[in-house]
Amino acid sequence: MTQNAAPALEAFVARAAGHGAALAETGLPTRRVEAWRYTPLRSIADTAWQKPAPLTAETTTALLDRLVLPETGARVVYGNGQFMDALSALPEVVRQASENVSPLKGLFSATLNTALGERGLDVRVPAGTDAGLLTLVSLSDGQDVSTHLQHRIVLEDGASLTLYDISTGEGRYIANPRFDIVVGKGATLRHVKVQRESLTGTHLAIVSADVAEKGEYDSFTLNQGSGLARHEAVVTLGAPHAMAHVNGVQIVDGQRLNDLTSMIHHAAPDGSSRQTVKTVLSDAGQGVFQGKILVDRVAQKTDGYQMNQALLLSEKAQINSKPELEIYADDVKCSHGATVGALDDEQLFYLRSRGIAEADARDMLVRAFLIDALDLVSDEGLRDLLLRSMTS
Amino acid sequence: MSDFLKIQGLQARIDADGTPKDILKGLDLEVPKGEIHAIMGPNGSGKSTLSYVLAGRDDYEVTGGSATFKGQDLLALEPEERAALGLFLAFQSPVELPGVNNANFLRTAVNAVRRARGEAELDAVAFLKAVRAETKHLSMSDDMLKRAVNVGFSGGEKKRNEVLQMRLLQPSFAILDETDSGLDIDALRIVAEGVNSLRSPDFSALVITHHQRLLDYIVPDRVHVMAHGRIIHSGGPDIAKTLEKQGYTQFLEAAA
Repeated sequence: MTQNAAPALEAFVARAAGHGAALAETGLPTRRVEAWRYTPLRSIADTAWQKPAPLTAETTTALLDRLVLPETGARVVYGNGQFMDALSALPEVVRQASENVSPLKGLFSATLNTALGERGLDVRVPAGTDAGLLTLVSLSDGQDVSTHLQHRIVLEDGASLTLYDISTGEGRYIANPRFDIVVGKGATLRHVKVQRESLTGTHLAIVSADVAEKGEYDSFTLNQGSGLARHEAVVTLGAPHAMAHVNGVQIVDGQRLNDLTSMIHHAAPDGSSRQTVKTVLSDAGQGVFQGKILVDRVAQKTDGYQMNQALLLSEKAQINSKPELEIYADDVKCSHGATVGALDDEQLFYLRSRGIAEADARDMLVRAFLIDALDLVSDEGLRDLLLRSMTS
Repeated sequence: MSDFLKIQGLQARIDADGTPKDILKGLDLEVPKGEIHAIMGPNGSGKSTLSYVLAGRDDYEVTGGSATFKGQDLLALEPEERAALGLFLAFQSPVELPGVNNANFLRTAVNAVRRARGEAELDAVAFLKAVRAETKHLSMSDDMLKRAVNVGFSGGEKKRNEVLQMRLLQPSFAILDETDSGLDIDALRIVAEGVNSLRSPDFSALVITHHQRLLDYIVPDRVHVMAHGRIIHSGGPDIAKTLEKQGYTQFLEAAA
């Protein structure tokens, strides 16, 4: 089932010192592991991934320059897994936290992160406080190196925070961040993520969010980089009237593979979840969407919605889409849909007959396809940043 | 008189479930500069195919003949190049474009054509001014600019949106493919007014219709009768009235 002899695994376990037992046991998943069937990790198996050297000032500036960043709000920068003090400032209302979190058993990205974890953002937003916008920049640079940041974000009751989470890098590396998120009663975390890793980079992110009564985890992920990227979200609605949005857009070209995997767990009554994921594929790009919605027996009156759509712009592009509903309650409203299609020739001709060049007409239709997912980002400023990021 | 639109022996076919079906079978037609011509003909005579072939839709295969516009080989041009050259097709069934804002679409089209014609692009303010003037003429609400192109538009609104595009793109040759279908009399009058207001020595049009009714409002210089993929008869505007009264039979028999 797993590649226990892989050089990558040996290197990881050696680096983990005393914390590598679970990782050694889990191993590096092969395609025979259901969760990784469409996202092979072959490309990372044969490298003994090492801890990177600190990022130089020059590289930091160069990498920051290529990102579309908000001009307002607080900013925290990590370079090669290390906190960059001179470039960082937390919002005033935010306090450093020291929460212990559950280990997310059985998920490779989490197991790897747990074994090698580096201290990341560790914040707590006090009750009833709006902490505004916080930008988290994660930069990587190096050859055959890996980082495993552990971020913890706790919103106390009634608190709110908008997190703009953006990552990029240069070289051949693995970025394996983990977010442990606790959303208190009536609290709201808006998590807008932009993944723009290097084409030879690998991105394996895992988000675990626990949402309390009337709390809301509102997320949007733009997967638009990396040779291989999986963004995996595990959201637990553990108290009544909790809400989750797990939306995303994937833009996959070249030989890249981008993957959005999610598990929304309705563990209490009256919860609601919304999920719209759109993937645009060109060249020999591969897209993966795996979306599971689990509704416990106690989670009556759950309202779930999931839609995933893919637009194939070339014959070599490929989408693997796996919606999965597992429902044990008998009074729920859960709908889901999936579509795969190409650009509409009639629409294309209509635009061209109005003088719009073919390439521009295609761009217009691709953007039109993505727009209803993007419109789900409630913050107008961030929505504009996403649009700019998508076209840069 | 220099050639404006000149079609000679045009043949075209479409792939119908794997078997090619000939639709245009040697069509000849000339529309001089400054004239409005009408084409009438029974269903299946190839009227819409002619308009699509002229506009450059690539699911039709041209198997013979030629079509020139302003002396250029029209059939060798991309659809967007034909638009830049001054050709405009008002669609019989305008396509819906969910997610494409109508105002953005119009501005993109106008500026694409202006660029191609060597004219300066319109900025947002100048464009809005131009578009507002036109929508007022066409009794269109501002709301229609804010919505997605043709999405949720009634039949009449779609046709008015076509005429709006025509007015903004300022073509020198417009093809109106059954623009009157599904229009009530008020909408018909507005659409006809939109076409008539473009009438000038530099503007020509080809009005494709089933009904003589539209030709009461857009009075053509000549009327052509089309059947079986060819023009079988041409004459003055009075032909339309004959057709309305007596049908196509006499023309079909005469051509047989």
